[in-house]
Amino acid sequence: MKAAIVVFPGSNRERDAVAALEAASGTKPYLVWHRDTELPKVDLIVVPGGFSYGDYLRSGAMAAHSPIMREVKARADQGVRVLGVCNGFQIITEAGLLPGALMRNGGLKFVCRVQHLRVENTDSPFTAKYAKGQIVRYPVAHGDGNYWADADTIRRLEGEGQVAFRYVADETRADPRGNPNGSVSDIAGIFNAKRTVLGLMPHPEDAVEGLHGNTDGKPMFDGLVEALS
Amino acid sequence: MTAEATRAQERPVTLELAREFGLSEAEYKNALEILGRVPTFTEMGIISVMWSEHCSYKSSKRWLKTLPTTGPQVICGPGENAGVVDIGDGDTVIFKMESHNHPSYIEPYQGAATGVGGILRDVFTMGARPIANMNALRFGAPDHPKTRHLVAGVVSGIGGYGNCVGVPTVGGETNFHPAYNGNILVNAMTVGVAKADNIFYSAAAGIGNPVVYVGSKTGRDGIHGATMASAEFTEDSEEKRPTVQVGDPFTEKLLIEACLELMATDAIVAIQDMGAAGLTSSSVEMAGKGGLGIELTLDSLPMREQAMTPYEIMLSESQERMLIILKPGREEVAKAIFDKWELDFAVIGTLTDTGNLVIKMYGETWCDMPIAPVSNAAPEYDRPWEPTPAAAEVPDSVFDGYSLSLGEALETLFACPDLASKRWIWEQYDSLVGGDTRFMSGQADAAVVRVPGQTKAVAITTDCTPRYCLADPVRGGAQAVAEAWRNLSAVGALPLAITDNMNFGNPEKPRIMGQFVGAVQGISQACTALDFPVVSGNVSLYNETNGEAILPTPAIGAVGTLPDAMIAVGIAFQAEGDVILAIGEPGRHIGQSLFLREILGREDGPPPPVDLAVERRNGDFVRGLIREGLVASSHDVADGGLIVTIAEMALASGIGAHLPALDNAHPRVLFGEDQARYVLAVRPDVAATVQEKAKAAGVPVTVLGETRGAALSSSAGEIVSLKRLKDVNERWLPTYMAAES
Repeated sequence: MKAAIVVFPGSNRERDAVAALEAASGTKPYLVWHRDTELPKVDLIVVPGGFSYGDYLRSGAMAAHSPIMREVKARADQGVRVLGVCNGFQIITEAGLLPGALMRNGGLKFVCRVQHLRVENTDSPFTAKYAKGQIVRYPVAHGDGNYWADADTIRRLEGEGQVAFRYVADETRADPRGNPNGSVSDIAGIFNAKRTVLGLMPHPEDAVEGLHGNTDGKPMFDGLVEALS
Repeated sequence: MTAEATRAQERPVTLELAREFGLSEAEYKNALEILGRVPTFTEMGIISVMWSEHCSYKSSKRWLKTLPTTGPQVICGPGENAGVVDIGDGDTVIFKMESHNHPSYIEPYQGAATGVGGILRDVFTMGARPIANMNALRFGAPDHPKTRHLVAGVVSGIGGYGNCVGVPTVGGETNFHPAYNGNILVNAMTVGVAKADNIFYSAAAGIGNPVVYVGSKTGRDGIHGATMASAEFTEDSEEKRPTVQVGDPFTEKLLIEACLELMATDAIVAIQDMGAAGLTSSSVEMAGKGGLGIELTLDSLPMREQAMTPYEIMLSESQERMLIILKPGREEVAKAIFDKWELDFAVIGTLTDTGNLVIKMYGETWCDMPIAPVSNAAPEYDRPWEPTPAAAEVPDSVFDGYSLSLGEALETLFACPDLASKRWIWEQYDSLVGGDTRFMSGQADAAVVRVPGQTKAVAITTDCTPRYCLADPVRGGAQAVAEAWRNLSAVGALPLAITDNMNFGNPEKPRIMGQFVGAVQGISQACTALDFPVVSGNVSLYNETNGEAILPTPAIGAVGTLPDAMIAVGIAFQAEGDVILAIGEPGRHIGQSLFLREILGREDGPPPPVDLAVERRNGDFVRGLIREGLVASSHDVADGGLIVTIAEMALASGIGAHLPALDNAHPRVLFGEDQARYVLAVRPDVAATVQEKAKAAGVPVTVLGETRGAALSSSAGEIVSLKRLKDVNERWLPTYMAAES
């Protein structure tokens, strides 16, 4: 599997994504600078976390209009898999690859913690290595992760199996809802209609080795390598 | 803007102006003598910040010189932007801690944010990629009307900056005490890694070499910030808000990447960030260290505001700016990199052989004065000081009438502001970005962060117990160093070196100066005995409001190293049935303990004695056990004493402890804060081996019990359930902060 990571000014989790992809595939991903207008021939495009352009406008809004994003959209239309994590989820949503919007966390504060999630649909290369309904732990680290879409869109997402991950309660913590940001229907990540594009707030790339405390994110990268090699 | 218009804004230079700029009459006269004339307005501004306490260390220098700063591991000690320590294989750790106290009180979000930004720049200036941030925070009493607002702003500012630049904030400490009501402390530490053969220093070299300005544009923010940080607060300090700078973490992130990219070429001669006193201190220090002159022409300097005067430009503390001396002919290489990162780049001057600082703008010269005499004449005072009188021991009668059950006492302690869970704070910090965080502090006695791309790791801690330092500054200073050393040892790391962040009141008062001198003496003793030199530091004085000083707070930031991040041990119990061992003598000392303050309502007595030979013996022993793989969990005994230590290990895991050895133990044993002690949990099959090794090493070891169930228990049954203890521990801070509107 060949992968490319798109780097914007202010991206800061591209190194984490490089490490996770390299460990799973044995190949170093390309790093593509935001001013580039072409992508190498790849099987997967990753838009990593961070604070593109400082997120001084709405999160992801500036990056969504970078030259490289036209190319990302074109490739996505051709069926190339796209993974947007955290700021990457915000960017590809702003760019129109996914419906809805990411708003300021309900608690109005940045939240970094290990988060329990339920895998809602395993019919995608991103989630094929998980069991449906499996509870996994990925860290979250964001200030604008509050997913919102109108009622019709939510109905469609739920009906078409486009909800990929949902926040669930962790019985050891006080907050019974387990939702760190107030997102509608506890949505943590969604697919596009063809399930070739995944955007999610939590960080599977920071849960791939013993040092991270758990390896629940590893099956996502292993699954991608298996499906796209 | 013209020279005419600039002159119209200037004021006549007189003693009155010098005083307004924070100089004494003697200092002003000295300036006249050195120059042989009345300084220009611009020169007066420059001299006043160079001679401010903040930049000149005039009260503290004499004592700082006595600190041990050398060792085989030290590559660069104090005097550069940060300290550099060897960690083997051609790698180094570069680190420093610095205060941003005064601005954070006046404008907590920006004050704390720019504190993080400033310390990051001190570290990457030297060629290091920052891999971790820590912070040590002291706030006033929770019931003081400003405390909640300050906590909210400072935490949000630290997170807002650190999260955006993508450097994990991996821990720190937070205390509350009424002595900080009018002066909070925000001490930020950055740790970076660099190759030993690619470290950058600030001494300028090469007459004719270009002087380059990069980063953000210069505005009018922060003018005379260094002067503000060199005076006591009064009620009208709010009016000083315009002297607080505004941070831009996005630009800082770009600046880190651009500087590291430039550092990978061979274009740089010297580089320094523009911190306190901005362009003044960076240009003067760089030229001064190189024994050269520097001529700056400010017309082409990137400015954010119109019609700025040379005085304003030289004194601005706008953030995210660096000054670089390039090799001749490398301007284009450097400019291409800064263009890529969309940062300003301007050649603003050259190095000269005159030894003078020359500032030109609008076709005229505004400053032309010799650097060395002005720098060397920066005042150095031997301020009068008096030692803190020894405190009387706490009598046994304090326990008369003490009737709480152990469970009740633990619930009280775990709900007190100093011990209450700081989850509300650290969940606002991205502690994981980079994917190299093994432990945040709290999960282990020190944070453990892997060196990117390698297996080895750096352990980091910040420590200080201000109540100890107030009661006995010498012992308190030594204790802060010893605890830092112990915290590194407790995760299995080899302690390497420290940075000291000395926060005190007004040094012109002999009692306060005596606290400073005592703390330096204590730090010196401990650093010498533990081979734990000081490689960088920062002094913040005048932390007083209306004559009320803070507790003496010599915050120690320390680093150690581990050959493999995965051999580090955390505090959480790992499994039921592990044997719980106490390393060190049983507790006795109750003076200045948290138990005394929170349960018995007294803040008296001397702090616990510090025996550095015992400290070293016990720490070396524990580190050795961890490196042999014999330890499952490890935690040093600190605030709250033995039983609090065990309870923290249980809370971190959800696994309880059965402690028959502590049946009917005296409060001195349970809550005494004697030093050089650890609690370990080891697998039952190695417990005997560990005890034999302790005996061979002459280290006292006691079996306290075993990990079991979901409560702390004695032979008589449950002491307190972990659920109950966790609940009171987690509840205090979020409940307190919920009232922030």
